[in-house]
Formats: sequence, C-alpha cells, structure tokens
Amino acid sequence: MFFLSSIRRLPEFRQGARDMSSVALGTGAWGLMTGVAMVKAGMSVFESIAMTLLVYAGSSQLAAIPLLIAGAPAWVILATGFCVNLRFVVFSLHLRPYLMHMPRWRRMTHGFLTADMSYAFFTRQYSQPPANAAEQRAQEAYLTGNYAVVWGSWMVMSLLGVLLANLIPQSWGLGFAGVLCLVAVVCSMATTRLRILAAFIAGATAVAAYALPLKLNIVAGIGVAVLLCFWLEKQFGLDPDAEDDR
Amino acid sequence: MSVGSSGTTDSWTLAVIVGLACVTVLTRCFFFILDRPWGLPDWAHRALHYAPVAALAAVIIPEIVMTQGHLISTWQDARLYGAAAGAAYYFRRRGVLGTMMAGMAVYLPLHVGLGW
Repeated sequence: MFFLSSIRRLPEFRQGARDMSSVALGTGAWGLMTGVAMVKAGMSVFESIAMTLLVYAGSSQLAAIPLLIAGAPAWVILATGFCVNLRFVVFSLHLRPYLMHMPRWRRMTHGFLTADMSYAFFTRQYSQPPANAAEQRAQEAYLTGNYAVVWGSWMVMSLLGVLLANLIPQSWGLGFAGVLCLVAVVCSMATTRLRILAAFIAGATAVAAYALPLKLNIVAGIGVAVLLCFWLEKQFGLDPDAEDDR
Repeated sequence: MSVGSSGTTDSWTLAVIVGLACVTVLTRCFFFILDRPWGLPDWAHRALHYAPVAALAAVIIPEIVMTQGHLISTWQDARLYGAAAGAAYYFRRRGVLGTMMAGMAVYLPLHVGLGW
C-alpha cells in the first residue's frame, strides 16, 4: 500500500524497494511480453488493459489468453487460473502470522499485491513474524517497498507492451515469448522427480485429449497428473514433503 | 493464439477478466481472509505439490507441439527448438528474463528467417 505516506516514510520502505530493484528489469521484461502477448493473441486493447490492471498475475494471465481466444467456458478458465495460482495458497499460509494483526481490508490489499518475487524477498528478509508494534510497522513497510517496485515495473512495462504490440508484425511470432516465460515458470516448479513427471503427464494428456470440447483437455491433464502422482506416492512409499525443497 | 490483432471488446471476456481478478485475490489471500485459523484437508495439501506444475504444463505443451488442433508432424518447427533452448537456459542459469531471451534467440531466426 504505497499510497499511504505513513508507510512510505519508514526507512524499511526504501530498503525494500532498493533490494527489489535488482529483479525489476526481469519483471518488467516479462510484463512487456505479457502485454504484447495479450494483444497479439487477439484481445482488444481495452480488455488487455483491464486484464493487466485487475488480474495482476503473469502466469495465470498467460495461461488464460489461449483459453479466452478459443472461447473456453468461464469455469474452465477460472479453474485453470486457480490451479496455476495454487502456489500463492501455500504462500498465504506462510504469510498469515505476518499479516493477521492488521484489519482484513489491509491484509487483503497486501496479499493481492504480493506476487512471487515480493513473497520470496520478504520472507528471506524476515524469517520470523513481528513480535511487537515496531516490528509490525517495519515489516509492513519493507513488504510494501518490495511490491511497490514489482507492481510499478510490471504495470508500466505491461501497458507499454499493450500499446506497442500493434506496431509489431504478427508474423514475427513475438507472442511465443509469453510461452517461453511460462516454460521458465514450469521449470522453476519442477523441483522434484514426481513434479517433473506430473508436468510431462499433464502435457501429454492435454495433447492426447485436445479434441475434448470446452478446453477440458487442460482439466483432464491436471486431474490425470495429480491422480497418477498420488498413486505413485502410495506404490513406492514416496513422501512429497521429504522430496520437497520448500 | 493465431487470431489477428484486431480484437474487439466483449462483455463476456470482461466478466472472465473480473473473475480472474477474484481468483488472484482468493489465492493470494487464501489463508488470511478469515480471522479464525484453519487448514486444508490432507488430499488437498497433497494435490498442492502437483497441481500448479500440471496446470501450466497442460496449457503450454499443446502451445508448443500442436498446430490447429493436431500434433505437428515435422521437426521443422521453430517452437520446439525455442522451447528447448529456453528450458536448457533455465536449468543452467535460472531466471525468467534469460529463459525468454535464449528461447527467442533460437526461435526468431528459425521462424522469421527459415519460415519454420
């Protein structure tokens, strides 16, 4: 909540912003390509701007684009967005003790604006939740500084991408950069053998079941991968928590 | 993703966008929306290990290996090499930006230059 000067005045706000500036370039470039990808896929400029400002979640936006264009039913798009965003559910469990001292609207505003990088930097800086009022204020200011930089660079570059996209010929295929961003996100999630397997099973199922109506091949891919991994866990006595690096 | 760039705005798309915004709020705030502490059932906890990576892979792998609803039947497709280069970069060096640049550095010459 960088609009509150009471937060901006604290030194931790500036420290958080400074720490984050190292990744602002990468976030901005990803934002730029997401902006280009939305328009290049056939969304109108107004829709692209609305999506940028409201959704503010790069991987779920990029996953939703081909589904929106294919005219998949709303529930499939929302369910896909939910699954892509499931990592945030894990983050929210971690962030709960850091934010619970605030009123609901305030902690939800922080929650909405805290994406992957801000979460990673914030929890690295503060391994323990705040113990007193001074720490509460300092941690809130640091988190706000973090996501102010991420949000700012994402929004500026994303909107720039939306506005410039029509100047770039369709035949260059720059929308593929959006797929490449998701390749990086998939690779970053494929941290255990079972997760790598889950990715391949889901991908293969989605290809094999492509003819299903309503883009249900995505849902089928997720379902088959999760169930098969459950079964493998049981067959081989694997413990997903022990395999996990988190 | 092959439609032209002259998109028109329609209210269904805008409604889905608002829905996706609600999904962002719901997932990012999931465990601190309610005041009382609570947890997930065990099966949901276990699904969290696999569902995110499965969802993304199910979206992007068809985008890489299919054209107009059919598995591509040729190796002369720039997307295969672009995606492979991106993944190779990621496992060497990490980072979304570098992955995108490495992938595009392979994809663009093949796609624009050779028409793959």
